[in-house]
Amino acid sequence: MNYDVHKIRRDFPILKQLVYNKPLVYLDNGATTQKPLQVIDCINEYHTSKNSSIHRAVHYLSEMATEDYEEARKTVRAFLNAAHPHEIIFTAGTTAAINGLALAFGERYVKPGDEILVTEMEHHANIVPWQMMCERKGARLMVIPFTDDGVLETDRLDDLITSRTRLIGVIHVSNALGTINPVEKIIEKAHKSGIPVLVDGAQSVQHCAIDVQKMDCDFYVFSGHKIYGPTGIGVFYGKEKWLTELPPFQGGGEMVDVVTFEKTTYNTLPFKFEAGTTNYIGAIGLAKALDYVSAIGIDNIARHEHEILDYGTGLLGDLDFIRLYGKSDKRSSILSFDIRGVHPYDAGMIMDKMGLAVRTGTHCAQTVMKHYGIEGTIRASLAMYNTREELDILADSVKKVYAMFA
Amino acid sequence: MKSIREIQEEIVDEFELYDDWMDKYNYLIGLSKDLPLIDPRLKTNDNLINGCQSKVWLNAEFRNGVINFSADSDAIITKGIISLLVRVLSGRDPAEVMNADLWFIDRIGLHQNLSPTRSNGLLAMIKQMRLYALAYYTRNKKVTSSK
Repeated sequence: MNYDVHKIRRDFPILKQLVYNKPLVYLDNGATTQKPLQVIDCINEYHTSKNSSIHRAVHYLSEMATEDYEEARKTVRAFLNAAHPHEIIFTAGTTAAINGLALAFGERYVKPGDEILVTEMEHHANIVPWQMMCERKGARLMVIPFTDDGVLETDRLDDLITSRTRLIGVIHVSNALGTINPVEKIIEKAHKSGIPVLVDGAQSVQHCAIDVQKMDCDFYVFSGHKIYGPTGIGVFYGKEKWLTELPPFQGGGEMVDVVTFEKTTYNTLPFKFEAGTTNYIGAIGLAKALDYVSAIGIDNIARHEHEILDYGTGLLGDLDFIRLYGKSDKRSSILSFDIRGVHPYDAGMIMDKMGLAVRTGTHCAQTVMKHYGIEGTIRASLAMYNTREELDILADSVKKVYAMFA
Repeated sequence: MKSIREIQEEIVDEFELYDDWMDKYNYLIGLSKDLPLIDPRLKTNDNLINGCQSKVWLNAEFRNGVINFSADSDAIITKGIISLLVRVLSGRDPAEVMNADLWFIDRIGLHQNLSPTRSNGLLAMIKQMRLYALAYYTRNKKVTSSK
């Protein structure tokens, strides 16, 4: 297979620019990915000649937009291999999806003394909404720890799963360490006790093929902007059985069937969960992004990213003043490290001036930083358009930073 | 003693010697060594400034009618920036610190080149310095008026 990364880069206009007169080396894809022209053009075209509110009117534009929006839902269904299009709910993003689920799930199933189980390496988005719900319901948030290598201690699951456990939330790929978690194993164990599992796919959907039926997760969530789509759109997948039972998490237009001041009955799936005018242009843009990814092939992307991740790990591993975090043998697209004697903030400031976009700090995963007793790390996160040359520049900049400060 | 304006002009001149960002940062790293360090015993949570990506501890002492600042940070560039602030604002009376127009930050390009979160840290530092000044100003006034 010939993976032409330079051809791919030509689709991403932002990558051509100079910052501080140096070529931009964009390695902050874990935070957000850049958009190909296909997505940019699609959104532009929508605003230029197609915009109209969906599901509301019978006129030409509205019909067309409604059709495109529902097509987008089918595209997402196919991308995740969900059983039905109505299992795909459009939300504002991963965070919105988890907040919605925590609210609805808490109302429906959680009683005082119940437990929600998450991992020590969750992003704050999969901790705080559950914590808030637990406070409201008098429930407890329990934690699956990880080892210093950044591997979940799944052998402790038998102790951590109790008769009070109501749901398990797991980050599929850690945004701070890059660890690919054994979600299938966790799901299998959870299901033996009849417990549903939420998989936070914010850092996995863009890096590996996702088959929610094969994975057998009950919920899977991701953000459009991390998979080359627009911001403000995300996906909340839930098995039909759960979505039917769960109450809606927002009230408003479109999600209703009959409204009187005495009682309102709700619309069917998926509309029950899509109150108000949805971000339909976002959804259509996201579908375009998924088409783009599918055309290149997610497996080809995964292979390329894995190759450059290995290359980057080797480059940084050769430097004795670098400490890499996350040493799981199953990692994806993230190099999280610090430079001996150098504060991540100082490193970030200097690397910025060299044209590198990397993230420094806690990466919204303070519990991970606490595990290692550190203030933060430098994170280089990769995408389909990154090259070996860019990782050479990263390694070079790291050497310069070390020379400047240490 | 030079005025606040004169010191700011001095700083702007010093930074103008460097065209390259790397050199400017190297200069800042050098300046970090000039920072009057806070007594380690005062590196408490009370003296920690919120809003910074890096940790900053700031202390102020009021003696003979003027304020002297001491500080520390775990990040060197941050230390360099504070040392500039201290150079401009230390040894001044409270009213001067409260009312100082700190235009040098913009002029040496530090403001626009710090991201909002980092910038907030810088602003939080300045705010804290002014709060100390306000506190001493108010106390001083009370003491004077009760005499």
